[in-house]
Amino acid sequence: MSESGGGSRWVPELGHPVQSERPGPPPKRVRVVLAERKRARRVVRTLAEVEEQTGVGEMLVRNLIRAQLSVSLWLTLFVAVTIGALPAVFYYVEDIGEISLLGVRLPWLVLGVLVYPFLLVVGFVYVRYAERNEQTFVNMVED
Amino acid sequence: MWAIVAVAAVGVATLAVGGFGARFSRTTSNFLVASRTVGSRWNAAAISGEYLSAASFLGIAGLVLKEGFDALWYPVGFTAGYVALLLFVAAPLRRSGAYTVPDFAEARLRSAQLRRVATGLVVIIGWLYLVPQLQGAGLTLTAITGWGGWVGVVSVAGIVVLNVVVGGMRSITFVQAFQYWLKLAALSVPVFVLLIAVAGERADAARAIGADAPPAFTVDTTVTVRTDVTLEVLTPVQFEVREGRVDNVRGSGPVYWGVGEHEVRAGSVLVFEAGSAVPVVVQGPASNQRWLEPFGGGGPNPLLLTYSLILATFLGTMGLPHVLVRFYTNPDGRAARTTTLVVLALLGVFYLFPAITGVMARLYEPQLLVTGGTDAAVLLLPGAVLEEWPARLLAALVAAGAFAAFLSASSGLVVSVAGVLSTDVLPPRLRDFRLAAFIAGLLPLGFALSAQSLDIAVVVSMAFSVAASSFCPLLLLGIWWRGLTDAGAIAGLVLGGGTSIVAVSAVILGLQPEGLLGALMAQPAVVTVPLAFLTMLVVSKATGRRVPGDVARLLARLHAPERLGLAQAEVTRPTDTSGLLGRHGRHRR
Repeated sequence: MSESGGGSRWVPELGHPVQSERPGPPPKRVRVVLAERKRARRVVRTLAEVEEQTGVGEMLVRNLIRAQLSVSLWLTLFVAVTIGALPAVFYYVEDIGEISLLGVRLPWLVLGVLVYPFLLVVGFVYVRYAERNEQTFVNMVED
Repeated sequence: MWAIVAVAAVGVATLAVGGFGARFSRTTSNFLVASRTVGSRWNAAAISGEYLSAASFLGIAGLVLKEGFDALWYPVGFTAGYVALLLFVAAPLRRSGAYTVPDFAEARLRSAQLRRVATGLVVIIGWLYLVPQLQGAGLTLTAITGWGGWVGVVSVAGIVVLNVVVGGMRSITFVQAFQYWLKLAALSVPVFVLLIAVAGERADAARAIGADAPPAFTVDTTVTVRTDVTLEVLTPVQFEVREGRVDNVRGSGPVYWGVGEHEVRAGSVLVFEAGSAVPVVVQGPASNQRWLEPFGGGGPNPLLLTYSLILATFLGTMGLPHVLVRFYTNPDGRAARTTTLVVLALLGVFYLFPAITGVMARLYEPQLLVTGGTDAAVLLLPGAVLEEWPARLLAALVAAGAFAAFLSASSGLVVSVAGVLSTDVLPPRLRDFRLAAFIAGLLPLGFALSAQSLDIAVVVSMAFSVAASSFCPLLLLGIWWRGLTDAGAIAGLVLGGGTSIVAVSAVILGLQPEGLLGALMAQPAVVTVPLAFLTMLVVSKATGRRVPGDVARLLARLHAPERLGLAQAEVTRPTDTSGLLGRHGRHRR
């Protein structure tokens, strides 16, 4: 039931990673030279700290989680005051149904069409920020 | 006739692909390897294909026809649920390696008891979602053939169970992805064709749709009422009763209805002349003008109920069993995010069309408002607008799309329910996936045949309510809050899930009281979601010493990118059941 264990293998004849490899883009080729060993060891040590939750690692992870959560909460707030306000607007602003845009009543246009690209943009913005936070975290660990 | 052929073709093709695909997906590792070579676009189409069920394909247009503007909140919520899933759940849940919510719950909080509670909820949510799918199948077959509803219910349940038993199209991403495009075509092509066909009548249509009057019959229409209905008459109307019982008078002959409410018993046949006003079931606004406006339907506290629906759909998607399983086929957390983003785009395109269909149905099939069977609107619209072969061709396409919707959504649900049944519920000596699939499919079959039929989209939104009141707080707090304990999670699931289940079951059985309480029981999220969150928070605080000792390490795995190698345990040690990971092999056999 398992895939073959461990790291990636490169099969030159096929020109692409075999399937048992870890997913994602093919790993970057890394030139391994003796001079870089020190840095590599440090990365391993930070990784271990993250994994074992020693002081530094724990703090890095806490910061990452806090950063990710704040992005999500800010965007939730944004959706709540935009889409979340719509029912109240439709309820209390009585004439809003009379406004037409391109021959379609405004509420129908908003809820039938415009909401969808809006949600997509929210999702897009989130992915940008979430990945930036992760990159910062990776840089900190590797630094 | 064409429609029957199309429906049969979809059924046969599903079975054929299921049996054929079984050869490729026999082992877990095959499934896993395949999942890792699938790109985000295919995966997103597959998720959308499985997600767009009878509720989306038939239910939304039917609700728009009946309730008007307010029904648009359903597709908006069905889409926005993926935003919440993206913001809080997609990447961390993928990184946890958990295959189902019970897996996640047990791994995160180390409690077998919590796992059992979560398992029970998966089964109930799955069944709540399945019943309207099967009823939709019955309705579709009745609409295109006139056969009794049970034929469609039994045949879809049979095909789904058989398909799951022979191997299932579960793991075959491209089939599910194809289902998305089939459904999109089956809904959008008729819309474009019909819009062109009626382009000349645009001015009349615009006037009729905004008129302060009920819709009018476009042609002489014979209406057969299948369930007891109460109708609202705004403009006095004269018609002929062929047979049946109207306003407690049995017999036949001409009838004149004044303004007010009138009752018609099941089995009555009414004949209306072209141009006469349509008596409309009391559940929706009777005049077109009210129908066009927000909150035109009246009823107690519509604003609160709209927010309740928003809460249920926005937060419920993340707790649907068949949706979460599909996310597992993303190679990593980052891909899970990209996939969700594409899902948002695909759903946004699809949901443009049910609303248009619903508006056209209001103009061309007002007879559905007399019977209340508005879920058939999508199926009958081509025949109401066009004639001869174009009508039959489009009707066949729509019926095929509808069956694709029932089959794909039901298959996903049956597999999910059967998975947890076989591993957690059945006694050890009966632990067989095939037996579980039978149980998972046949029990809802019984419900679908016996329960009263409500609007499809409404029942599905009840499943969302239960998911939002149970799994949503479990996932959100489990992923983002260190302080969650097993006791807190169990208390929240039992209280939030329990109250919402009791409420919606009462409505399904027709036991709810009149007025606001009854309406809230059909749409309980606004009460039960905060209840579940509060319970989990308070009980967890009170049982703080039960927080797992390695919670920091668990959360690090959920949130740290795979690139760092923390989550590699999943790939290298899949049998390690002590960690967050490694349970995924058990559900495929």
